[in-house]
Amino acid sequence: MYIIVVGGGEVGYHLAKALLNEEQEVTLLEKEASRYAVLAEELGEVVVRGDGCEARILEEAGAGRADVLVAVTGDDEDNLVACQVAKHRFHVAHTIARIKNPRHKVLFEKLGIDVTVSSTDLILAHIEHELPSPPLIPLLELKGKGLEVIGVKIPPDSAVVGKRLGEFKLPAKCLVCLIISKDRGPQLPSMNVALEAEDEVVAVADPQVAEELSAILLGRMPPS
Amino acid sequence: MRIIIMGCGRVGAELARLLDAEGHEVVILDLDSYSFRRLPRNFKGTALVGNGLDEEILRKAGIEKTDVFVSVTQGDNRNVMAAQMAKHIFNVPQVICRIYDPIREEMYRELGLKTISPTIIGAKALKELIGG
Repeated sequence: MYIIVVGGGEVGYHLAKALLNEEQEVTLLEKEASRYAVLAEELGEVVVRGDGCEARILEEAGAGRADVLVAVTGDDEDNLVACQVAKHRFHVAHTIARIKNPRHKVLFEKLGIDVTVSSTDLILAHIEHELPSPPLIPLLELKGKGLEVIGVKIPPDSAVVGKRLGEFKLPAKCLVCLIISKDRGPQLPSMNVALEAEDEVVAVADPQVAEELSAILLGRMPPS
Repeated sequence: MRIIIMGCGRVGAELARLLDAEGHEVVILDLDSYSFRRLPRNFKGTALVGNGLDEEILRKAGIEKTDVFVSVTQGDNRNVMAAQMAKHIFNVPQVICRIYDPIREEMYRELGLKTISPTIIGAKALKELIGG
């Protein structure tokens, strides 16, 4: 696969390095001279100096045959334009943009950017996950399916502790796919497995029932 | 007409002055309040400090009721992104943006934005002055 990475900051550098380790073909574009020099010294000729928002630079980088363009500069507007130029000028099939402002996600999606990654959202979710007795953690959005993967840690005082999955009703449009138990490790859920305190339940759910599901598992809503 | 101008540089300020003098309702945005020194003293419109890529600021500027949105900051990409927000998120009837880079200008024109490239216009004007 040929992947063009726009922006050689920390994210771009580590991404390019990881992709190279996976033996992908990579070009890393960095417009600033001093940063370019540092990157080129470390990564060699995969680093090209130039502004990834300019069609001429993308052409030189071989955007016409790129499978993926990932824009990870620190500015949302630059990432948007790099992806749009890749898409509309070079017909790159897959464009991925980093966004800083989570609100920009809607615009990027409307404009046809295939994937947006919000560092702010990721960091928030991660920190929430590390907080004691976290509520519902969105783990992954299944794009275009109207579903998300969520994780809920069962608190010791929840009414579902000791209950088997078959013993109470879960909302429609959700499926428990994994139970990670402190002692027994990851387990496939079956109707006979009793939930324990501190178990992490991973489920696929319609975002509209995610809150209801987590309320049941957290014990905020009596199971029926 | 209600008009929002993003970017109070020389062009933004002059455009604001012209429109204000004609009696239009103008809101001009800039990241730096110092830029507003370029506005004439008798400017009757609103000068608002804030980032035009922030939906909250755009709402504050009245984007939901505006007739025209013009982006003329120093950054082509900022102008393009703000213009697309105005067009696709807020459905502003008339959106115009300045893009220095002629290649990007052409692409966004094809994508349906009203664009202007001072690079092309400036170069042509200079060539005409040279004559011959």
